[in-house]
Amino acid sequence: MFMRTALGAASALAMLAGTAAFAESHAKTITIATVNNGDMIRMQGYTDTFTEQTGINVEWVTLEENVLRQRVTTDVTTKGGQFDIMTIGMYETPIWGANGWLVPLNDLSAEYDVDDILPAMRNGLSHDGTLYAAPFYGESSMIMYRTDLMEAAGLEMPDAPTWQFIREAAAAMDDPENEINGICLRGKAGWGEGGAFITVTANSFGARWFDEDWNAQFDQPEWAEALNFYVNLMNDYGPEGYATNGFNENLNLFQQGKCGMWIDATVAASFVTNPNDSTVADKVGFALAPNSEGVEKRANWLWAWALAIPAGTQQEAEAKQFIEWATSKDYIELVAANEGWANVPPGARTSLYETAEYQEVPFAKMTLDSINAADPNDPTVDPVPYVGIQFVAIPEFAGMATEVSQEFSAAYAGQQSVEEALEKAQAITNEVMEGAGYR
Amino acid sequence: MARAVTPQRKIANTAIAWAIGFLIFFPILWTILTSFKTEAQAIASPPIFLNFDWTLENYAIVQERSDYMRFLWNSVIIAGGSTVLGIIIAVPAAWSMAFVPSKRTKDILLWMLSTKMLPAVGVLYPIYLLCIQLGVLDNRAALVVILMLINLPIIVWMLYTYFREIPVDILEAARMDGASLKEELLYILTPMAVPGIASTLLLNFILAWNEAFWTLNLTAVDAAPLTAFIASYSSPEGLFFAKLSAASTMAIAPILILGWFSQKQLVRGLTFGAVK
Repeated sequence: MFMRTALGAASALAMLAGTAAFAESHAKTITIATVNNGDMIRMQGYTDTFTEQTGINVEWVTLEENVLRQRVTTDVTTKGGQFDIMTIGMYETPIWGANGWLVPLNDLSAEYDVDDILPAMRNGLSHDGTLYAAPFYGESSMIMYRTDLMEAAGLEMPDAPTWQFIREAAAAMDDPENEINGICLRGKAGWGEGGAFITVTANSFGARWFDEDWNAQFDQPEWAEALNFYVNLMNDYGPEGYATNGFNENLNLFQQGKCGMWIDATVAASFVTNPNDSTVADKVGFALAPNSEGVEKRANWLWAWALAIPAGTQQEAEAKQFIEWATSKDYIELVAANEGWANVPPGARTSLYETAEYQEVPFAKMTLDSINAADPNDPTVDPVPYVGIQFVAIPEFAGMATEVSQEFSAAYAGQQSVEEALEKAQAITNEVMEGAGYR
Repeated sequence: MARAVTPQRKIANTAIAWAIGFLIFFPILWTILTSFKTEAQAIASPPIFLNFDWTLENYAIVQERSDYMRFLWNSVIIAGGSTVLGIIIAVPAAWSMAFVPSKRTKDILLWMLSTKMLPAVGVLYPIYLLCIQLGVLDNRAALVVILMLINLPIIVWMLYTYFREIPVDILEAARMDGASLKEELLYILTPMAVPGIASTLLLNFILAWNEAFWTLNLTAVDAAPLTAFIASYSSPEGLFFAKLSAASTMAIAPILILGWFSQKQLVRGLTFGAVK
């Protein structure tokens, strides 16, 4: 009797939980999985406008970037159908598109003006010429530097500097007594953190991940040159413990006035020039990411957070309606009217950069130039069999690049030599590629 | 016989205990303090301890952006449901193992524990596919069952240890007096094991409350508990530590308060049977 009552109570509780969930799911609602960053959060605030216009309710599932990746990957590969729209990046889009996991966005309306999307973004989010995700905002990387320290050092930053100049400037601005580091760069392990940065740096020294037969290239002199240059630069003029610094740590250092230069995502420009958060807001200049002397490729990446529809969703039409709204020219104008031009999502549309008001935003031109200087289809000096600048757009990349970047971070921390790190990187990469059947 | 302790020694011991306690509590204290700072103060270097303008702005922003009550309610149902369901199954199981053990009881206990040794992500896909087939993705009832199964070995082990401390003679005496199995369990065993059951309940409630793999991976909107609420404030590209701290404080507050009020039970239960 006791057991029966107890089990009855438990199943009643379970049913109660179940029916509540059922009742909630019956309105016309789309569910969107997204990341927690300024532009995305701002968009959530304007969702009511969309609901008023269309009568479609929107539910947001906001997650930290790595949690989101795992979450949406599980759902899309199993056709779980939990989300009607997923926020994904330039790495996932072509791979998922090729696998048939995403709904092609080839029937967007004429007013949407798909040709207005920046060509670099459109290419990066397409597979075989079909667009699979619409960019909400795009970014490249560039140099942010302290104009006051540069002037005091008697140097002038060219629009397109070389690594050799960066080293010279870092030496001149480095001032340990006043806690100013000549330069701050990412060193944190992870393919999207330090891994992305060292990959673009290597590109700008003429290195590449693979040759045309998918053989790893870490045993080549260009990689050794790039990695040694980076380690020496950071050991001489970088902050203490740079091996564990990522975007946020460097952003903090720069905002506190502790970096002469910082090379990172263009999106950081709006943070470091915001007087509410940054102590150096009015002393920041911008320049194109550097290259090594004589190498045509620069160390700037290309990334977009984009909205895609997983195949098999029950609400494809509503999801498309939302994507058209969120990545439209009208949305940009809506944000500009309410919060100013500096706060609109950057890097997605050509027309934004033709707007007179936006051209007055200090980092607008350099952001566009950086995006245009990046070509995912031709990322390196020597030809490669892959697409992608700071990543290689194959499913195996995220795992092996994380391991490789861990080896590099160990070298930054002084736990092993650059040569040892490169040897291990070579072995890790070749092993993965052999296992996956590329070689 | 207790050893004589000099007053100096007593003071020193107390000081050490407080220092260790403070050290363990410090990260939580820091989170709470940070939640009252502005974003700029939150990342200031050198760090600001108490000397800042206290603000409730972060809490207001978090309140405005997220439906805290929905996440809280889901956490209560999932953690509470899985704990109660677990206890209902574990009490008879632990009773039989403690009082009528067989040759294989020890092996079964160890085998049960071995299921805890598999990393959760190893069974993510099978469980996800099962949930799709059964139509219970993003469903609180499914999470109640899954978290119950995950914590069941711990519940059985804890109860088994507590029950073993109870003399079998008392149960036998009850049986001789004509108590049925139900009466034996309900009126004899349970009252004697209350501290043990209470601490098992509490500990499992805390474990289920903090579980952040299944609750994140199997939920979206309807069943998302406070772990998903916190995850929505973590950001690799942007410094939002004050808001993250406010969200974290709101997420741990209920469990902190629960722990505070039940600390006597918790300590008694955890040290139950420790002194032979």
